[in-house]
Amino acid sequence: MQPRAEMVHWMFATGFLFVGLCLFCEAIVGQEVWRRRAWRAYLWPGLAFGMGVLMWPVMTFFTNSAIHMLAHSAWAQVMMLAGGAELGRVRGKLHSDLWLLAVPLAFAVSGTSFLVHEQNPWFFQRSAFLHHLIGWTLLGASVFPLARVFRTRSVTANSGFALTFVVLAIFLYCDRDLAPVFGHLSPLAGVPHR
Amino acid sequence: MNAELAHQLRAKQAVRSWRLRVVRSLGPATSLGGVVWALVQPYRLTLLHPHGQGFWWLFSEPPLWVVLVGLVFGLVVAPGLAADLEDAEEER
Repeated sequence: MQPRAEMVHWMFATGFLFVGLCLFCEAIVGQEVWRRRAWRAYLWPGLAFGMGVLMWPVMTFFTNSAIHMLAHSAWAQVMMLAGGAELGRVRGKLHSDLWLLAVPLAFAVSGTSFLVHEQNPWFFQRSAFLHHLIGWTLLGASVFPLARVFRTRSVTANSGFALTFVVLAIFLYCDRDLAPVFGHLSPLAGVPHR
Repeated sequence: MNAELAHQLRAKQAVRSWRLRVVRSLGPATSLGGVVWALVQPYRLTLLHPHGQGFWWLFSEPPLWVVLVGLVFGLVVAPGLAADLEDAEEER
């Protein structure tokens, strides 16, 4: 009854792709235009918060190991924090720009969780490779949301932030539970399924 | 009376056109990406060979999900955003 881990990754990839498109448009048209319709202002923070909530069932049902559960719960918490902080700012309940730090924090924690909970080396198999790649990408890309804290209107920072979600979506779509990566597949990984 | 020179107006128009084009083309481009992906990796579409597959394999069609994201973005988000962008540029 339970979907495979790769399928859950594809579902989240779909959400991240949509968030990335929204953020990219916000970056090029500017925040004033983007927020002319109230529902648009709530769109990506709401999605981020919602995906954070959906990470809890992932944590609950995908219990491969304790470190997996810890990583998934960390993602759930930081995604909810980042989405909630943005929702609070949009709603006008939170005034300080320091709440923008919730997003780079989410990137850093997520990237670290990816790296920590992947126990196998890069070329063990595809999912191991992608976990390492996504982890380092998120850690590196956390400079974009960090730059947004200090230069809120920077097109470079906002575009980089948006495109990080698109790249993340592509990586997650590439994920398979058991498949070779660049011709490498450890015999310890098992037999690839369809 | 507009005191701006013609080439300044054209430059503004060009910026507006560039932004509008991006906003309007993102949805179709994303959908096109999904279609190309489906053509390049048809084995990622379980619907093409559905026999003996369970619910999750039939539900999980990543290239179609990409097409869907493009459609939703292009039909729900982009039209209003493009209209607001045009209005904002005309107000300036």
